[in-house]
Amino acid sequence: MSDERHDLSELTHPPHHRAEIVFAVTSFLIAVILAALWSSETSWASGQPWSRQPGLWPLIAIVGMLVFGAGELIACLVRNARAGGGNVLAELGIWAKAGEYVVWFLIYVMAVPYIGYLPASVLFATLLAFRLGYRGLPLLLAPLIALGIVVVFKAGLSVRIPGGAVYDLLPQGLRNFLVVYL
Amino acid sequence: MDTFIDALGIVSRWDVIAALIAGSVGGVIIGAIPGVGPAVAIAILLPATFGMEPIVGLTLLLGIYGSALFGGSIPSILINTPGTPVNALTTYDGYPMTKAGEAPRALGLSFGASFFGGIFAVIALMLLSPVLARIAPMFGSREIFLAALLGCILVVVAHRGQSLAAGALLMFGLFLNTVGMEANTYSQRFTFDLPFLTQGVDLIVVVLGLFAVSQAFVLLIGADEKGEAPTISGSVGKGVREVFRHPRVATAGSLSGTIMGIIPGVGEFTSQFLSYSFARATSKKPELFGKGSPEGLIASETANNSVPPAAMVPLLALGIPGEALTAMMLSVFYVHNVIPGPGLFRNQMDFVMALYICLALLNILALAFLLVATKPLLKVLVIPNRYLGMIILALSFVGIYSLRNSAVDCMMAAAFGLLGVMLKRLNLPIVPIILGMVLGGIMENKFRTSLPRIQSLYSWIDRPVAMAIFCLICIVLALHVWGLWRDWKGKRNGSVQH
Repeated sequence: MSDERHDLSELTHPPHHRAEIVFAVTSFLIAVILAALWSSETSWASGQPWSRQPGLWPLIAIVGMLVFGAGELIACLVRNARAGGGNVLAELGIWAKAGEYVVWFLIYVMAVPYIGYLPASVLFATLLAFRLGYRGLPLLLAPLIALGIVVVFKAGLSVRIPGGAVYDLLPQGLRNFLVVYL
Repeated sequence: MDTFIDALGIVSRWDVIAALIAGSVGGVIIGAIPGVGPAVAIAILLPATFGMEPIVGLTLLLGIYGSALFGGSIPSILINTPGTPVNALTTYDGYPMTKAGEAPRALGLSFGASFFGGIFAVIALMLLSPVLARIAPMFGSREIFLAALLGCILVVVAHRGQSLAAGALLMFGLFLNTVGMEANTYSQRFTFDLPFLTQGVDLIVVVLGLFAVSQAFVLLIGADEKGEAPTISGSVGKGVREVFRHPRVATAGSLSGTIMGIIPGVGEFTSQFLSYSFARATSKKPELFGKGSPEGLIASETANNSVPPAAMVPLLALGIPGEALTAMMLSVFYVHNVIPGPGLFRNQMDFVMALYICLALLNILALAFLLVATKPLLKVLVIPNRYLGMIILALSFVGIYSLRNSAVDCMMAAAFGLLGVMLKRLNLPIVPIILGMVLGGIMENKFRTSLPRIQSLYSWIDRPVAMAIFCLICIVLALHVWGLWRDWKGKRNGSVQH
């Protein structure tokens, strides 16, 4: 980067990718669907002027999404027809890869109420570190990092995360400690 | 003077001091790790600060916001990778200096410039406070509505070349804010008969999804960069002192950052652009810019570090956040029933002054920490990206789940995380969504409270401040249209001007 001649507009005006067309089409379609649903998903308050109607601001937002979305769609079509800027399918493949980690995250979320915050966090960090290919010291550190996060946030900063159902199987004193701190 | 002494009393509390130290040191470390950045850290910590007093929570978040930019320059200079997005310009001159064997000097210049910019902005704010205290009460509902509208327009036009996408995203944010129960008629808006949507879409869930979860996903789907931790030999202190030998560049950069920070929706990139362009145009050695110019480094770092204190002006004086990080901080105020705006300056000036003092102190603490800890801090630069992604994902869970122990919130955050991945990969801005949500809420509320006094369209602008804001809106739109026309003309002539 440093050996090239810098164009400051790179900072405020980053390059476009061909896959922006996917964003443009999706956002425009969402705007069209929302516009079609506007009358059924908002209500008309009788006796009120238009400026006080509950549907006014959703309407402003949806019209804005339609106008800007249509402009973005046209701009993307023109840009893609004129020049290159990356492979759309390859880019979609990269986005799809994130789906795996959504699943990891949601399994973690679902596990916490059952097995408890600390055990779920330790398992999540260790298994994910293993999945990512870490071995040796980084893998050993993963459960310790999870423990650190739990101690700092739940014991230290007292964030509200309930104890796991499995804690109820433990002796009363230990259960209470785990529910409050871990 | 009494206000200042009261403010000192607030700042000298142990919990405020602890938040100051944790925020400034933590911010430097977070900024130094490429791929994390203050937005992710603030989003994650936000729910934890709801249990703290406003001054403590805000000091912690401000500490991270202000000092992350100090730390962000380290990887920019040493490994040519910006620690935070706004440190990108620092790579232009910082990395060539490292390659020329001047890494300690470059780091010192960057730390000194960050300090200069931060302190300059805080002093400017302290001097501006009496003026703000006098002007803020002139802002009624109409003026705040128009100021929020100006913020919306600025956030769109500031994304040059991406205005259409920014506009669509802003409107999407505005739409998200309208989902749920409408407070005046108790009617449902776009809830699709789903009970969890009745309460609306929570701003914190969206923020955590778009900033933290998406960043975790981006890091996890990427690759780890292999490399040894960089080392430096020599002191950075000389570089810090050298900044004061360039008062013209440092002052211009700080002034640019302060002014751009005050204007909602503009932010660091524009201030850096102006500051760097000015420094290059007025330098005796313009050919060095982009190849290791100390003036270029100073211009970049003063401009970005003077923005955080200045960004507090519209937030504190009008309750209007100018960018995503202050929008997050707004929720800390709301949780504690402290309403930022004209009333805050009138009734709680000691609180405002205490925040200013904290901002000044965090700059001092961040600089002091860097002067003694830069060398050991370099080890954080080699934490593998995907490992960081795993940690951010685990931390994001705390932030989202602790809000209301809702798995649905986590699912929504994951969905916004995927949206964030798409936007980040496409270089599209995330900030308009957040500002759309926050400014949309303010606009709807102020629009409604203005209506009883509105007889005709002219009533919106029949007061001096409202008229001034309306004129500003017209000027901004006219300049944007003129810029578009110039670009179009440039393209037709074969040369694009930015």
